[in-house]
Formats: sequence, C-alpha cells, structure tokens
Amino acid sequence: MGNRVVITGMGIYSCIGKNKDEVCKSLYEGRSGIGIDPQRKLMGYRSALTGILEKPDLKGKLDRRQRLCLPEHGHYAYVATAEALEQAGIDAGFLAAHEVGILYGNDSSAEAVVTGADIIREKKNTVLVGSGNIFQSMNSTLTMNLSTIFNLRGINFTVSGACASGAHAIGLGYMLIKQGLQECVICGGAEEVNKYSMGNFDALSAFSTREDEPAKASRPFDKNRDGLVPSGGAATIILESYESALKRGAAILAEVIGYGFSSNGEHISVPNVDGPKRSLLMAVRDAGVDIGDISYVNAHATSTPVGDKNEARAIAEVFGKCRPLVTSTKSYTGHEMWMAGASEIVYSTLMMLNDFIAPNLNFEEPDEASAMLNIPRERVDKAFDMYMSNSFGFGGTNATLIIKKHKREDDKRRID
Amino acid sequence: MTREELIEKTKVILAEEFEIEESDIVPDASLKDTLGLDSLDLVDVVVLVEQNFGITLKGPDFVGVATFADFYEMLWRKLNE
Repeated sequence: MGNRVVITGMGIYSCIGKNKDEVCKSLYEGRSGIGIDPQRKLMGYRSALTGILEKPDLKGKLDRRQRLCLPEHGHYAYVATAEALEQAGIDAGFLAAHEVGILYGNDSSAEAVVTGADIIREKKNTVLVGSGNIFQSMNSTLTMNLSTIFNLRGINFTVSGACASGAHAIGLGYMLIKQGLQECVICGGAEEVNKYSMGNFDALSAFSTREDEPAKASRPFDKNRDGLVPSGGAATIILESYESALKRGAAILAEVIGYGFSSNGEHISVPNVDGPKRSLLMAVRDAGVDIGDISYVNAHATSTPVGDKNEARAIAEVFGKCRPLVTSTKSYTGHEMWMAGASEIVYSTLMMLNDFIAPNLNFEEPDEASAMLNIPRERVDKAFDMYMSNSFGFGGTNATLIIKKHKREDDKRRID
Repeated sequence: MTREELIEKTKVILAEEFEIEESDIVPDASLKDTLGLDSLDLVDVVVLVEQNFGITLKGPDFVGVATFADFYEMLWRKLNE
C-alpha cells in the first residue's frame, strides 16, 4: 500500500491570476487570460496570441545573485512556491531540519539560450554573457534555483516530459512519498512566455490564429477550434506524507490517490487514443477506485483539432456510461505546457474545495467526438470529491493524476 | 573621458549592479569585500566594464587589483592603451 500522499499547500502565478484567490475568482467568473503580444508579429510569428503575464519584481525579496540566475519562468516559480510553502506552514526552520525535496516540470529556457548565443556571436567573447546565463539556460534551471533559494535538502531534479512535465513531476513526487523515500516534496511546473520561447512551436501552425477575438481563441472540444494558444506561468504543489502532515498539524487540502502514465509509441506530435487510454486506466487502477467515483475530468484538451478529438474518444471509452463532467481549463489560460500538469491540479483542487466546476469556455458546438462527453457550458455549482487530470505531450508522453478531497472524518478514523 | 569621470561612472555602475551605497565605495576599500564579490561576480564586473567603457578585461588584468583605487588605475590604463 505505502504511505498516503496529501497536498498541504498550493501556489499559482498564471495569466488568470497572481495567486490562488485571483485564479479562483477568474475561474468562477469565467475570465480568460489570453491576449496579444505585438512583439511576436514583429518577429514573424504566424499567431501573436498568448497568455498575458506580468513578470513579478523580486527586488527586495531575493538578493542580486538569486535574481541574476533566475529565468523568466523562474520568477513565476519562486512566487508560486513561496505561496505554496506559506499555505503549508513550512518555514525556513522546517526546511533546515528536514529533507524536503523538489521535482519541477520544465522543458525549455529559451530566452537565456537565445540571448546568450547572440552575445557570443556578436562579441566573440563568452565572458560577456555574464555569470547568470548558464544557470538561466539549463533545463534544470527551476530546480537548481528554487533548491538554493529555499535551501532544500531532499531530492532535487527537473522533470522534462514535454507538456506532461508538471503532471509527471507530481506523479514522481507521489511515488517517492508513497514508497517512504521522501516525506515532503515540492512539486510543480513552469513555462516561459517570452517572445523567444514560442517561435519554433509557432512554426508548426499549431497555434490558433483567431487574433481578432483573443478570449475566444482557446476553445477546447468546440467544433470550430483552430489550434492552441501558448501560455505560461508557474504552479507549485506541496506533497507530503499523511503522517508528516498530521504530525505538523498541517491543514490537508486533498489527497493524491492515483498516477498513471504511458507512451504512445507512434508519432512525435500527433497523439493517438490508445496511449492516453492506458494512462487513464493505469491511474484508476492505482487509485483503486470505481470509475464512477470520479465526478470531474480536467482534460488535457489544448484546442487542437486532433488532440481534443482523440482525448475525447479516450475519455469516452474509459468512462463508458459514467459520463463525468469534463472541461479543459485551457479555455481560460491557453496551453501552459510544462506547467499545465501542475497548474491544472491547482485549478481543479481550487474548484473542488469551493464546490464548483468552471464551464468549458467557448464550447459552442460539439464535434463528433466531444458530443460523447458531458461538457458544461455554464458553471456547475456543486460539491464533488474526486477528479482526474490528464496531461499529454510531444513524443507521446502521457500522465494522469487522480485527486480526492480530504475529509476530516478520514483523520478521525485514522487517529481512532 | 577624464580620469575623474571614469571614477565617478565606475562608482555609479558598481553601486547599482551590486546594490550597495555609492558612499561605501572609497579608494582604499577592498573591491572584493565591499562588493561582496565571488568568482561568479567577477564575470559580471567584466561585462559591466565592456558595456560602459568598451574595454574587454581578461583575468590577468585583475592581478594586483585589491582596492577601488587599484581598479580605477587599471581601468584608466586600459582605456588609454
């Protein structure tokens, strides 16, 4: 069986809010965070649509060296992680006395790579990239920075699994705690949104071009969807063993009960139905629950024609007659890529804790596949106890998490 | 640029980059201790000097540089090479 794994803290910095309260309000009120970045047009992008984020000013919070080594998405990750640790009641003293780890999803750090290479090409002198460039440009930039800023002493590495990175980071943290190898792991994911970071993805014509209506551009499952909207930010989840949370007297927000994963074994960018299905089924087996117990599915659905269709089929085939509510919060945020698997746990848990399911924005007309799902067009105000979150990525990597609401009677039963 | 202008500008850019008070930068003070320099920070000193004075410093240029006065002297010499 292993240890139970609970969530005791969450932090978020995204295009729909700079903290949990703002994000929850945006979801409740149906506010999109998508807009236009004019610089992308100047650089020859096919689409200038993006999640709109303001980079936080960390002067006064972090010293010069710490700021110098942080890439753009590192700024978001720091804010989200500080918020999550505060909610969990974990302070510097606890971190110094315990082996708290970090597993964060990230799969690029383009700005530092591009600007560093530009300087070297122009100046023919590597020193002139400065001392922070190497630490900003490595794929492990987020974990190397956060682990030194927060003085973490447990497991410490970055998980790169394309658009499933954040979900795999949480899944791996869950496994380490379940097996007793770690008591507490900071998990999450972050994604940059600077003008250098999305050009090569834009090249694939995968982005929506509905630039005249930014808030309507991301329309997962809608028949007239024309591509995804890139976005970013950071999300952090504090995972902890149930025993550790009880011992600390921490408020338990939810429990991670299932992790599933698979690889499609086919095309590098075109998803299939079988791979996601196996991931969903593995998570359900791991959770040991009846499929009917899952009331809500936060779909990966990014608003691409093929991806949404194949996920809809996978969900329909796995859930059969159960028909849980299904939405994609990417209709609010766009596709937060490396961050998405973690942010969507924050979004879904916030909704679970506040007894509502935000509608799937812009779902005006189903296609053949999405017609098989129960996708709400209006907010559903109801309590629910368990949800599934899907994340799929390039290369056919798939991850599925199942999260359960924590109830006080669970604690009483355990103590008795 | 006069020597005085070089010194004033150097004080301003160092104080801003390393987030200290300009008044702490006095000729006889230790460059390393006052700015809190480690080996990584020296790289950024080279970048600052290149960006502001167009001088490309190399490691050997720092030999014998202990105080701000030494640093100004070295910069003045390089600027006039």
